[in-house]
Amino acid sequence: MTKRDITLTLNGKTVSGQADPRMTLVDFLRVVLKATGTHVGCEHGVCGACTIVLNGEAIRSCLMLAVQVESQEVTTVEGLCEEDGSPGILQDAFRDGHGMQCGYCTPGMLTSVHALLQSNDDPSDEDILEAIGGNICRCTGYAQIIDSIKIGAERLREDKS
Amino acid sequence: MSGAHDNPVAGSNYHYIARKRRVVEDKRFVTGNGNFVQDQDLPGTLHVAVLPSPHPRARIVLINAEAALALAGVAAVITGDEIAEHTLPLYHGLPLPECRWFPLAHEMTRYAGEWVAAVVAEDIYIAEDALDLIEVEYEATPAIVDPEEAMKPDAPLVHPGHGSNIIYDGDFEWGPVAEDFEAADHTLSFRARWGRSSTVPIETFGVLAKWDKGTETLNVWASIQMPNYPEQIAAALRMPLNGVKVNQDIDVGGSYGVKRGIKHTVLVGYISRKLGGAPVSLIEDRLVNLASGDAHGPDRIFYTDVAFDQGGVIKSLKIRAIDDCGAYPGRGPFQLGKPIAAIVGPYRINSVHYRPCSVATNKTGQVPVRGMGQGPTNYMIETAVDEVARHLKLDRFEVRRRNLIRSDEFPYLNPTGTKYDSGDYETVLGKVTELANYDDLVKRRDELRAEGKLAGIGIATCLEPSGGNNLFEFLFNPKAEISTYMEGCQVRIDSVGNIVGTMGTTTSGQGHETLVSTILGEELQRDPDDIRVIHADSLAGLPTRSPIASRMAVMLGGAAAGAAQKIKDQLFQIAAHNLNRPIDGLEYSEGTIFDRSDPARKLSWDELCNIAHRQFHKLPEGMEPGLQALHVMQVPLGGQMPDEKNRVQLYPCFSFQAHIPFVEIDPGTGKVTVLDYFIAHDCGTVINPDIVRGMIIGGVAQGIGAALYEKFDYGPDGQFLSGTFVDYVMPSVFEIPYVKDVEHCTPSPLTSHGQKGSGEGGYLGAPAAIASAVNDALEPRGLSIHELPMRMNDIEELLNGEKPE
Repeated sequence: MTKRDITLTLNGKTVSGQADPRMTLVDFLRVVLKATGTHVGCEHGVCGACTIVLNGEAIRSCLMLAVQVESQEVTTVEGLCEEDGSPGILQDAFRDGHGMQCGYCTPGMLTSVHALLQSNDDPSDEDILEAIGGNICRCTGYAQIIDSIKIGAERLREDKS
Repeated sequence: MSGAHDNPVAGSNYHYIARKRRVVEDKRFVTGNGNFVQDQDLPGTLHVAVLPSPHPRARIVLINAEAALALAGVAAVITGDEIAEHTLPLYHGLPLPECRWFPLAHEMTRYAGEWVAAVVAEDIYIAEDALDLIEVEYEATPAIVDPEEAMKPDAPLVHPGHGSNIIYDGDFEWGPVAEDFEAADHTLSFRARWGRSSTVPIETFGVLAKWDKGTETLNVWASIQMPNYPEQIAAALRMPLNGVKVNQDIDVGGSYGVKRGIKHTVLVGYISRKLGGAPVSLIEDRLVNLASGDAHGPDRIFYTDVAFDQGGVIKSLKIRAIDDCGAYPGRGPFQLGKPIAAIVGPYRINSVHYRPCSVATNKTGQVPVRGMGQGPTNYMIETAVDEVARHLKLDRFEVRRRNLIRSDEFPYLNPTGTKYDSGDYETVLGKVTELANYDDLVKRRDELRAEGKLAGIGIATCLEPSGGNNLFEFLFNPKAEISTYMEGCQVRIDSVGNIVGTMGTTTSGQGHETLVSTILGEELQRDPDDIRVIHADSLAGLPTRSPIASRMAVMLGGAAAGAAQKIKDQLFQIAAHNLNRPIDGLEYSEGTIFDRSDPARKLSWDELCNIAHRQFHKLPEGMEPGLQALHVMQVPLGGQMPDEKNRVQLYPCFSFQAHIPFVEIDPGTGKVTVLDYFIAHDCGTVINPDIVRGMIIGGVAQGIGAALYEKFDYGPDGQFLSGTFVDYVMPSVFEIPYVKDVEHCTPSPLTSHGQKGSGEGGYLGAPAAIASAVNDALEPRGLSIHELPMRMNDIEELLNGEKPE
């Protein structure tokens, strides 16, 4: 198979790599671009661990091919950090609410919530459920994730105002 | 929100324990900087894909791997013959010499999906391509799938050499069972079925191994949660134990007991050595994980007889437990052993006849799951209590109150020889009833019923044994004379006063770095956020039995406290020597030691650390330089072997929970919706309220999954039917209500700070509680169900009369 050159905007920076046409986006991110924050859970689009934000929309990176993101804009969990790599507002909210345990579903959870809050900075309970309804967490039973999202949403609103 | 503020210990003098403190590990997780096994990046890593058997039971006639080997990028193809020639069989907990277990099927396959061959290639895509090129000739034979059928003498044998499918059949009698049944006003019997399910972490199991020729060391990085993992690797690979280095600093993406990975590790360890030291990784994909990885939990049938009096007080139980351990037992049968510690639950039951039986079938082998079999057993016990209430037409809560051990009866000796350390069960039951606003809940239920809907309130109580000594293994296998289940923690203070705590195992979400730093911070009165906690590798010599059995708060917490005390003892000796004062005249405050009668005479933390590291001339005679201490904790109340009646203390600490769920059932579809869930919880002193709350609620969610959705299904022919998350359905946020919790604190007298385990209780109690709620909802229709999971179609069939109980 001939590898393709792929250039995209990853977390605000232009990056390039090579991938076989059949390589999934999540493998491309992790293996080729070494952006290992995004995790692989089921590889069939159910668990949501591999969720990234593509052009503003939360999507499963296990269900896309790397070649499909040519010239597109991708945000992963690393992109939610501050410039210096320290936790961003939403990430710190998840620390304060302890919205995780093992940390494996966390990047997908954060990117799903990031996509929600980008378009809706004051989500209702239903909006929150809808946003993370496709992200399975086995550790928390979701309560502290919901707490964390509410803390994060409030702080992001304060940050804007 | 959390009721942790109700914890009376929070009002005590602790600075860090029981107080809100950010979880140390969370920072790396939220920024995408976790150190998971799949994040390891060794140049030249080869990847393994495994070929699944399409047959549950077949003889392997021939394997032709020529075409696979010819594919560019393929480094090797390994078969069962090769593995069986070069490695020793994997370890079962019980002595089963004729149940030979290798990483790859040898001569015959014993379950659908069993690994028949492994391809090693430069990337996983090529390895999977090569799988399609391997030709295998099988001679398929009928499989045995049903465990009760498998017990019959003419059943096909999973391991013909073993001569039977019965792997273990025990018979224990504690107390006067016959007399208690004879004297009882009433008896009843029921069958309860716990379906094959598990905790299924979102990260599959993965391992990377690299044989280092120079040091003759096998380096292992794995998402592991298993005691004696290095020992089992070394034994199977016929290596010295000090040649296996397991790196324990890998973040494990969930485990809840299941991540055992021994067959994977022996396979990649063998391959890395065979190939001269190439790094070799095997990461389960989801199908491999569900069909043939370390995934399946207990699969159990109970036949229970209950003897009780007119008032609903239970006197005695007779329990026949048949557990389907699948094709390779491993430690599976011991999941019938651990529940012995609380086989009478939190109740004053006088005697028990317990006959546990582990049966092999042509299914994937069983691995330990959160609670090690206590979940199914608790489901059975709580079913018994509900059945007694139903039989006598008594209130289920009242029957529990009449049977619960009273707070003035602790330490309470149960008939199996285990003493419960402390508890106040009736108060905890009262707290959850209050939290649930029970009278209001009854009103809501009855309103729904009046609208023609099915609605029910559940109740379950539950004991969570924690910090065990593993003696259940000895009860099942007298050759396993193992009574120590220790945990070690080392503390080092460097020359500038920074603190490093070292633990010897991995963490899979329990926040051990937070646990250790909180306890060290508390004991040494230093800011825990400045304390670093590291995970020593297995060669660094820290005794550990891994974070299983709800034991780390008790055991690692105790080890950290013990090590801190040793450090303080050393600091006091240095201070006494330099201040020229007796130790009992000195006081310790935030690292400074001063003379109680003359507080100006003091040595600061920095000065003490400097003396210890640099000033030989100021050290007491004979004292070692530096500041380091290792404390290895023994299990409290350990050291006693079972008596002639098999009575023994199995676990030292017993947490307690009471659960109340509220459910509605759609009468048309049978769909159960959990509308509300309340839990009151007592694990003694809570070290970190956020961690404990998360463990409880997360356990409840897994328990709701086990009760309503999750099952590894097999067809009658032994084919595996649950290979995706569309088939193996786990609850999302839509299925789990926002669980409301309240804490209670009855400190354990046996632990460093009164703490007990908290990792399992949510999971142990929730399935029973949900079953209780569903049966309450079904009661107006005169129906009941004692089989988990209670999936939508199961309830629908029951409602339509298609499936009599």
